[in-house]
Amino acid sequence: MNSLERKRYVKDTVAAYMYLAPALIVIIVFNLFPAFYALYISLFDTNLIGRWDWVGLGNYSELFRDADFLQSLVNTGKYVLGTVPVGMALALLIAWLLNKPIRGLSAYRTAYFLPYVTPIVAISIVWTWIYKEDSAGMLNSLLCLFGAEPQAWLLDPKWSMFALCLMSVWRHLGYNVVLFLAGLQNIPAEYYEAAEIDGASGWSMFAHITWPLLSPTTYFILMVSIIGSFQVFTQVYVLWPSVSGGPLGTTRVVVKYLYDQGWGAFRFGYASAIGYILFAIIFVLTLVQKDLVGKRVHYQ
Amino acid sequence: MSIVYILLTVGAVIMLLPFYYMLITSVKGPEELYTPELVWFPKRFVWSNYSEAWNADPNFPRYFFNSAFIATITTALQLVTSALAAYAFAMIDFAGKETVFMILLGTMMIPSQVTLVPNYAIIAKAGWIDTYKALIVPFAASAFGIFMMRQFFQTIPMELWDAAQIDGCSRFEYLWRVIVPLSKPVFVTNGLFTFIGGWNSFLWPLIVTNSSTYRTIQVGLSQFNQEFGTVPNLLMAASTIAIVPLVIIFFIAQNQLIEGIARTGLKG
Repeated sequence: MNSLERKRYVKDTVAAYMYLAPALIVIIVFNLFPAFYALYISLFDTNLIGRWDWVGLGNYSELFRDADFLQSLVNTGKYVLGTVPVGMALALLIAWLLNKPIRGLSAYRTAYFLPYVTPIVAISIVWTWIYKEDSAGMLNSLLCLFGAEPQAWLLDPKWSMFALCLMSVWRHLGYNVVLFLAGLQNIPAEYYEAAEIDGASGWSMFAHITWPLLSPTTYFILMVSIIGSFQVFTQVYVLWPSVSGGPLGTTRVVVKYLYDQGWGAFRFGYASAIGYILFAIIFVLTLVQKDLVGKRVHYQ
Repeated sequence: MSIVYILLTVGAVIMLLPFYYMLITSVKGPEELYTPELVWFPKRFVWSNYSEAWNADPNFPRYFFNSAFIATITTALQLVTSALAAYAFAMIDFAGKETVFMILLGTMMIPSQVTLVPNYAIIAKAGWIDTYKALIVPFAASAFGIFMMRQFFQTIPMELWDAAQIDGCSRFEYLWRVIVPLSKPVFVTNGLFTFIGGWNSFLWPLIVTNSSTYRTIQVGLSQFNQEFGTVPNLLMAASTIAIVPLVIIFFIAQNQLIEGIARTGLKG
């Protein structure tokens, strides 16, 4: 680099950081720094106002003995297993149907996508009443048509997690459908034409063309769905406003417990430790998935 | 082929059923509400439920305004900060570019629940609890927004910049007069999702607001739910009011939203 070029490079660098400054300041103060600050706070017993007692890893060791926290981990795991596979399978089926040469594609797409843009608070209030335990609840009166017994969906510990999962699958379905549909539309039609000439059946076309070529989309949806499911909060907060964590704690999820410990019990060090464990779980899952699933992804 | 239509239609009806339930319940009178069996087709539409719900909490107009205000300002700021940063990444060669970009991508991995307590501590320390600042400033920039815009800006040929320089165009003028007009689609998608995210956000406004002056519609609605939890028609009317602005946006900008997700996997 001659001196003229160097001078220019320095000038460009100064200019670049001027352009970056507004965004970087916000992201450093409210994303990057807090990620480390959270770890620091988690080493204290603190209400953030006056009391800052150093406890070291005490919050973490307490967490692993805390039955409510362990239950919230198990519940969150159940929620992930109860929403991700079903949600993805349904979305793939619908996207596959929408990818056929049908009329009214945009009307169907609208119907499936609409729940996704609506506010969770409002929608959870609606589902509170859909799930009402008497026969005037919508789900019960639908089931009555088929001769089924009415259930107390929200109050019965047998059904509460199912109720949470059903509503969440309903709300997120459209997002996954849109992604799967885009993935399906990206598969070149020639592949299917060639397979048809060779006399391939519908199922073998799906197994040998659609599924492998769709794998980058499937992988992406899997990652986003799992990460998103671990962060569930609002539905739980609205569907069970009075009972903390639903009947017998069956719908106490990790973020709800974090919120209760922080803004209910003012144990912010403890809440911060919960947040960090959540972070660690999501981080490890991302790596594991990259290793296990990522290797099988076919990129065209 | 007809099986395809049957399956899709049944599915679509199931998807829309909760909205139908919300709408019919919102206009029911007591005689069709507290019945042993659900009334699917109300005979009488009590539209006054809407004004009653709206007036039940005298602060509803305020919540509505707050949400609209916060979502709009956040969107505007986020678009500006993202465009400026993306411009640097896409167009300028500078020291530390790769490192800063990798760190930025890294911050996208941090779940917002992890930073909840520290951010609350920061906001409390700054004395911003119960202010618009607390609801806007932390969301004034987005790593994902920067990333999306950079991807788009990079597709604009560099020859344009060379030509603009010959015409005596400054760097900022080039961004403002050439890049921004050429990148309308990415601004629209990014803006729509930021607005929807702002309108729908709940946990953060819940913890940083105490008074009704700064409360958002979602927090107000959840409080309304706790106070009027036994009056379904008013609750459904209030929920409808909170949903309507988004449904309008959705119907106007449906294609941009859907294409935005299909292209980038953007979360609302």
